[in-house]
Amino acid sequence: MLPGVGAFGAAAAELSAKGLLDALRERATAGRPMMGICLGMQLLAEHSEESPGVRGIGVFPTAIQRFRDETVRIPQLGWNHIEPEPGCRLLRAGHVYFANSYRLARAPDGWHAARSTHGEPFVAALERGAVLLCQFHPELSGAFGRELLSRWLDASARAC
Amino acid sequence: MLTHRIIPCLDVRDGRVVKGVRFSGLRDAGDPAERAAAYEAQGADELVMLDVSATPEGRATAVVTVEKIRAVLGIPLTVGGGVRRAENAGALLEAGADKVSVNTAAVENPALLSEIAERYGRQCAVLALDAARVPGSPDEAPRWEVVTQSGKHRTGLDAIVWVREAQARGAGEILLTSWDKDGTRSGYDTALLAAVSAAVHIPVIASGGAATAEHLALALRAGADAVLAASIFHDGDFTVAQVKNALVALGFKGRIRL
Repeated sequence: MLPGVGAFGAAAAELSAKGLLDALRERATAGRPMMGICLGMQLLAEHSEESPGVRGIGVFPTAIQRFRDETVRIPQLGWNHIEPEPGCRLLRAGHVYFANSYRLARAPDGWHAARSTHGEPFVAALERGAVLLCQFHPELSGAFGRELLSRWLDASARAC
Repeated sequence: MLTHRIIPCLDVRDGRVVKGVRFSGLRDAGDPAERAAAYEAQGADELVMLDVSATPEGRATAVVTVEKIRAVLGIPLTVGGGVRRAENAGALLEAGADKVSVNTAAVENPALLSEIAERYGRQCAVLALDAARVPGSPDEAPRWEVVTQSGKHRTGLDAIVWVREAQARGAGEILLTSWDKDGTRSGYDTALLAAVSAAVHIPVIASGGAATAEHLALALRAGADAVLAASIFHDGDFTVAQVKNALVALGFKGRIRL
């Protein structure tokens, strides 16, 4: 479980200092049970505009960027609707709670995505096997979030 | 696209929910955790808990109250009242708050906002602001000044100048209470909401004066991203679900299916 409150650079430095980057990369790549929440999802990217020059876990080669649309409120704070693409097994359509200024613009190859819109489309979540990465906070998304966590736990138990 | 958030507010004193008019004349309104769970079940999008304890002993119970609320709550919780230092914010976040609001202490020491934002993230740092209209002639544009210490102190600080500075210093959200409207049940100060919403790019929560769903609708039209209300929910005038359904019927975006 990779939770995430704070900045990309500080969190990546901490993971690196603890020698966890390789283990986390291998685990996520293999689709073994793992969940990343908010910054915990972003840390799987190679880089983030939030902390230039800092390397993340690097499971996907893309960079995390700040929301580009200046007509919407930043940070995005509140409930937004997510729409899973065909092939998603854990993610469903519904409202979830977000608290972020940075986001992944496009889904990397090999992952199934749920998308949302905050001025522009962005990746709300990714899943592959028993790996679930949420830009939103399932733990703060009421009954909808509890049901998602429960499906992920079931999938993780089967994968173990 | 984000929905408009409906946020019940729990004013808590010595571990009990209280309600009052203009920050005084408090009456008991129940157990905080029970009320919190009931509001989540009704469809509240978020909760705010403001500790209005007058004594250090009362203040010390706030962390315990946050833990009790967190144990039953699955939606975001903002906690404010008596946060003087970044460590106070840390203790509340550790107890289960998702965001911490600062009011008087931020006016006295604006660096507090930066400290909280740097340590815990901008999304945790909420500026709570009580704004009072500055008397002027009717043909002048309205102005508001910041009041602190539960309204006892008029600072002379212009509310618009202050929200811009707070945003620059790291505030991630503004909880904006109209001192003139709070507790009056005559509607939010929509001119104040429009002025503040236009001055910043961070979200603005409207507070002070709500009595009807129509009042909430006017606040959202004025530019608020979320609306906070206390007495209309505590008194049982409306459930959160009733208010949300009324707003959706008026064309606002709401989270109806939980």
